[in-house]
Amino acid sequence: MKADAESILEVRDLVKHFPLTQGIVVKRQIGAIKAVDGVSFDLHRGETLGIVGESGCGKSTLAKLLMALERPTSGSVRIRGKDITAARGAELKRMRRNIQMVMQDPYTSLNPRMTVGDIVGEPFEIHPDVAPKGDRRRRVQELLEVVGLNPDHINRYPHQFSGGQRQRIGIARGLALQPEIIICDEPVSALDVSIQAQVMNLLERLQDEFDLSYIFIAHDLSVVRHISDRVAVMYLGKIVELGSDSEIYDTPTHPYTQALLSAVPVPDPEGRETRQRIILQGDPPSPANPPSGCHFRTRCWKAQDICAEQRPALEVRPGSAHPSACHFAEVRDVVNAK
Amino acid sequence: MSDPTVTQDLIKGADEPTASPVAVKDSRRSLWRDTWDILKRRKIFWISLVMLILFLAMAAFPSLFTHKDPEYATLAKSMEGPSSEAWFGYDLQGRDVFARAVYGARTSIVVGVLATLATVLIGGLTGVLAAYFGRWLDAIVSRVGEMLLGLPYVLGAIIILGTIAPAQSNPGKVMIMAVVIIVLALLGWPILMRIARSAVIQAKHQDYVQAARALGAGPMRIIFRHLLPNSLAPILVYATITIGSFIGAEATLSLLGIGLRSPVISWGIAIADHASYIRTAPHAMFFPAAFLSLCVLTFVMLGEAVRDALDPKLR
Repeated sequence: MKADAESILEVRDLVKHFPLTQGIVVKRQIGAIKAVDGVSFDLHRGETLGIVGESGCGKSTLAKLLMALERPTSGSVRIRGKDITAARGAELKRMRRNIQMVMQDPYTSLNPRMTVGDIVGEPFEIHPDVAPKGDRRRRVQELLEVVGLNPDHINRYPHQFSGGQRQRIGIARGLALQPEIIICDEPVSALDVSIQAQVMNLLERLQDEFDLSYIFIAHDLSVVRHISDRVAVMYLGKIVELGSDSEIYDTPTHPYTQALLSAVPVPDPEGRETRQRIILQGDPPSPANPPSGCHFRTRCWKAQDICAEQRPALEVRPGSAHPSACHFAEVRDVVNAK
Repeated sequence: MSDPTVTQDLIKGADEPTASPVAVKDSRRSLWRDTWDILKRRKIFWISLVMLILFLAMAAFPSLFTHKDPEYATLAKSMEGPSSEAWFGYDLQGRDVFARAVYGARTSIVVGVLATLATVLIGGLTGVLAAYFGRWLDAIVSRVGEMLLGLPYVLGAIIILGTIAPAQSNPGKVMIMAVVIIVLALLGWPILMRIARSAVIQAKHQDYVQAARALGAGPMRIIFRHLLPNSLAPILVYATITIGSFIGAEATLSLLGIGLRSPVISWGIAIADHASYIRTAPHAMFFPAAFLSLCVLTFVMLGEAVRDALDPKLR
């Protein structure tokens, strides 16, 4: 692990509930979608924290909350000690310089009617004191070079580039303000597998070059393992297990993590046939009405009465070194098991 | 994507950035400059531009196009067909049809263009604001628009015009034109508001708007740099068609006796006056109608050329 102990981003008890309303004229709240339901973690300087989970578990909402694109229902997101959820106006704008984002879909994340130069240069227009006016064009071309694009293509439009190149443009835009934190919301899931590796390598190179901290959101476990120092597993708005990549992949303790990992394709044909797959029953419950106690208990093979009554906290359990939110946490190596 | 350099970069991959010297060869490009460059090369743009200048010149200086007096009537020549003396013939009152078509350009174009401009400004502004800010603003704007849309066009015009300028009254030239423009814009903006609103709502949810917000962009920048350029196409198309339909609507109001009326000269009035003589003297209606159609065609072609040039994907 290359990260040192200095934590640059502190997330505490972050909650986002989207109200469900009924009625046309007089709106009554009849419930809430609990998209993010009490998430806490730290991000250290120079580290990559992977966040995995299936669709609808709240990964993207979490990203929007960290970027202050949504206001949380409660909880705090502290960047270098300052709470971005409480910041407004000029202060929020200043804080945004330190946290930027790479989006999932390179086809919708670039304005089709702006040239690459305008797209990558927009951060400088919004924050004019970052680069003096005469200097901006050169800075944009430098950024394009840094992400491996031809700086002469500055006058082209997004549709003239391939998916991987568009994603590089998005990365260049994210780098422009020299942030310390970059949130990657499934940055490679819309790309071809061959291009995925290129973009991942680019992200790793940039991390070394600019000392960046990443929050890397994905549903592809092999992608997350490749790039992450630590991994958080999310289920229905909560983190169920958090640990270093080897802790999560080799010694998972939460049943959900184990089930997820048992679905990872194994390239080695030896023993692949005999490998045990954990197949979960049913679908994830609705986040509008999550089960009592442990959210995972409805699909868990270990569930007992206590799981319905007590919500398991994310804490270090006996027999393992990393926190897990399960009453019956125990190590089970599902990836290497024969 | 036939450009070989694009694929070349892709093959080079992430680990070796293209090491071409940072050289600023051409000046900075923007959407508007590129649009102009595209327009310059389009034949249809120049054709429509020449026609537009011709019509505008006709509106500004009608005496350049004819030396005849459009008001001079020789009743003996009523409904006489085209001849070498009067190319387009004479109308019901024995006035020169060509001269009246030339002099009618001013009123028709002024009414059509100004009413459309007002419609685009009111409808575009309310539509963009309603879509961007949503909530109660959207609710108010949408409901007011729907109320006006529910009112039949002609009925609305009869009520308003009948109150301000009844058929028996004799308002001044400028006054009656202003009232007609206001009525057309007042009854026309809700459609444009809905078009602008839906286009902006569609653009608003795109990721690039989120990305701009994440960079700290304010509402003004998001609206003018991101939302408007991406929702301009349907507004532009509808606006150019509206110019034609407003000139036609002005004629309808004239026919009902509540819109423009003599001594104002306009294509709409000429068409309305001679609609009932179409079998005995088709030329009296045909020529003003042809001017009207050509004028509408000019605006539609111009609007279409601009719309195509504004879309980088169509280049």
